[in-house]
Amino acid sequence: MPITTAYEAKIEHISILDEKGNFDEKLGKGLIPDADLVKLYEAMVSCRQLDQVAFRLQRSGRMGTYPQNMGQEATSLGAAYVLRKDDWMVTCYRENCGLFWRGVPKEAILLHWMGDERGNAMPKPHWVTPIYVPLGTQMLHAAGLTMAAKYRGEDRIACTFFGDGASSEGDFHEACNFASNLKIPVVFVCQNNFWAISTPSRINSAAPTFAQRGLSYGMPCLQCDGNDLFATVHTMRKSVEYSRSTGLPCFVEMVTYRLGDHTTADDASRYRGKDEVDAWKARDPIIRLRNYMTARKLWDDAKEAALAERVEQENAEAVARAEGIASPDRADFFNAMYAEIPQDLVIQRETMQTHSLGQDPTQLPPEAQERAAQLAAEAAAAHH
Amino acid sequence: MANLNLVQAINLALIQEMEKNPDIVLLGEDIGVNGGVFRVTEGLQKRFGEKRVFDTPLAESGIIGLSIGLAMGGLHPVPEIQFEGFLGPAYDQICSHAARMRSRTRGAFTVPMTIRIPVGGGIHAPELHSDSPEAIYAHTPGLKVVMPSSPYDAKGLLVSALRDPDPVMFFEPKRIYRAFREEVPEDEYTLPIGKARTVCEGDDLTIVSWGASVVQCMQAIEKASESGGPSIELIDLRTIYPFDMDAVEASVRKTGRCVIVHEAPLTCGFGSEIAARIMEKCFLELEAPVQRVAGFDTTMPYYKLELDYLPDAIRVTRAIHDCLAY
Repeated sequence: MPITTAYEAKIEHISILDEKGNFDEKLGKGLIPDADLVKLYEAMVSCRQLDQVAFRLQRSGRMGTYPQNMGQEATSLGAAYVLRKDDWMVTCYRENCGLFWRGVPKEAILLHWMGDERGNAMPKPHWVTPIYVPLGTQMLHAAGLTMAAKYRGEDRIACTFFGDGASSEGDFHEACNFASNLKIPVVFVCQNNFWAISTPSRINSAAPTFAQRGLSYGMPCLQCDGNDLFATVHTMRKSVEYSRSTGLPCFVEMVTYRLGDHTTADDASRYRGKDEVDAWKARDPIIRLRNYMTARKLWDDAKEAALAERVEQENAEAVARAEGIASPDRADFFNAMYAEIPQDLVIQRETMQTHSLGQDPTQLPPEAQERAAQLAAEAAAAHH
Repeated sequence: MANLNLVQAINLALIQEMEKNPDIVLLGEDIGVNGGVFRVTEGLQKRFGEKRVFDTPLAESGIIGLSIGLAMGGLHPVPEIQFEGFLGPAYDQICSHAARMRSRTRGAFTVPMTIRIPVGGGIHAPELHSDSPEAIYAHTPGLKVVMPSSPYDAKGLLVSALRDPDPVMFFEPKRIYRAFREEVPEDEYTLPIGKARTVCEGDDLTIVSWGASVVQCMQAIEKASESGGPSIELIDLRTIYPFDMDAVEASVRKTGRCVIVHEAPLTCGFGSEIAARIMEKCFLELEAPVQRVAGFDTTMPYYKLELDYLPDAIRVTRAIHDCLAY
């Protein structure tokens, strides 16, 4: 018998506005109305400025470890722009720009990194989940959220974001397999930013693209230039339309680059060269779009200066709101453990003691009770 | 009233709650057409359709991760993990996400979910089909952990779990899935999560146990009473977390002696916590050190030796004797 072809595939790469300013009129014309384009550009600039503010907050001890989003603004923003307002957006932690576009308050993200869970109390109208820290686990939740919507007869889909590194995690593969087999419309978006802390993407996949990971789950797969807002919008539009109309998942790889360190606790100069970073700085999604808008007379230096001033003001206000929030009660971490707190936890909360004599000092001889009360008061005062 | 075994009692609880609550969905490996490897979900797909009772790919983390999303999306999923030994791959989703979601989002997202898991040894099963990992999950804040010891309790506790707004690990002792039948009301009833049951009252010694071990304890008590022996109180904890320390405390204050019995390994088994609490709460009433009859701190042996590993009535009897003789 002759050998036949059991399966054949190709991965399309989409680029519309490249780093040299070349613009594909066929794909790009009319894709984003000019008025929207300006707003999208402003959103990227604002996100970038906040990123820099956050970095300084960390360096000056006003915020904990923070992962900069710098360089990757066009990925999640393209998705957020295309998604319906009531589609789920289930992200990792380098999708600030898209989240802000959805209306997530900036102070929510800041609060998360300032060590305050209240930053995760994402109000449902935004249809976003809170930041996920362990890599690769959230895609399954995106599948479940979408399946619950489908169960109710809603046509809500989900778009879930993760990195090249997270696509090595087992849960990523399980999420793709579940979504495909159980027919759940999820758009899987891999932000290939080339680095998972110090692990280069070639260690996470030996295949030529990350997009082809989706092929083994029977999904349509696209790759696009993730630093090109036109390309991310075009690719997301195709993908979202596919998932909504078929009820099936699909896969997108957005090729981008992490311009900053992994987090403020990282020093990327230990594992990657300046030349590489400089080459990617030249492909910055913000600069590219500004040049395009300037050439099209949609933008000029005066507008840029006015925007910079406005953004600085707005972001300073967001920081003020994040820093100005009243400190949580010291026993706050008990309150949302369960819908109804078990009695054992109620006692721990009320006494802030785990040792049984501390929970019930009346067991102590009278002369010891005074000192015990003193120590309890000291503990209450210690961290505030 | 029907005379049901534990499998049938759970099946009945699922049917009745699914009829009441359209948000309950069942998922897992082989639970649909096949009705689960223990037939606990027998007939449910036929009755409720593939939309509400569906088979998943063979991936435990996927099953729990998907269920978390379903729960965040407003449903009450009931994932089945086929055997407790397969919980390993799902550990991250259970402990890093299901258990923490309410707390880390300060209530914005919650995970009402009942994870059903056949648990424990004694049925001559293959490797990794006989373990007792309940303490691991009791040690994880944010979860509730339930283990019934009878058909009646299983139905009442499962109904409570299916109405609970938080994730519940519902461990089903497979050794007693079909070991005996008892009267189980068809009418609705619930047993509260977090409340123990005093199986029999006594004055000389308290036994605290849960799951299939309760049956071993009852045998030991029966044997002791035949020979006109001591008066023993047996407390079935029913719920490992939150656990009913009030019931244990009241009993041990009365008897002054306590034996704790469970299948899980001795060290850091949940008996350790109970023993520590008894020491804290009943220090002056104790007449003897608290005794624990548990699995050994070894890998659960293959089935040729499993009965040497599992606490049985003889080992419980010895512990009762020693505790009373101290």
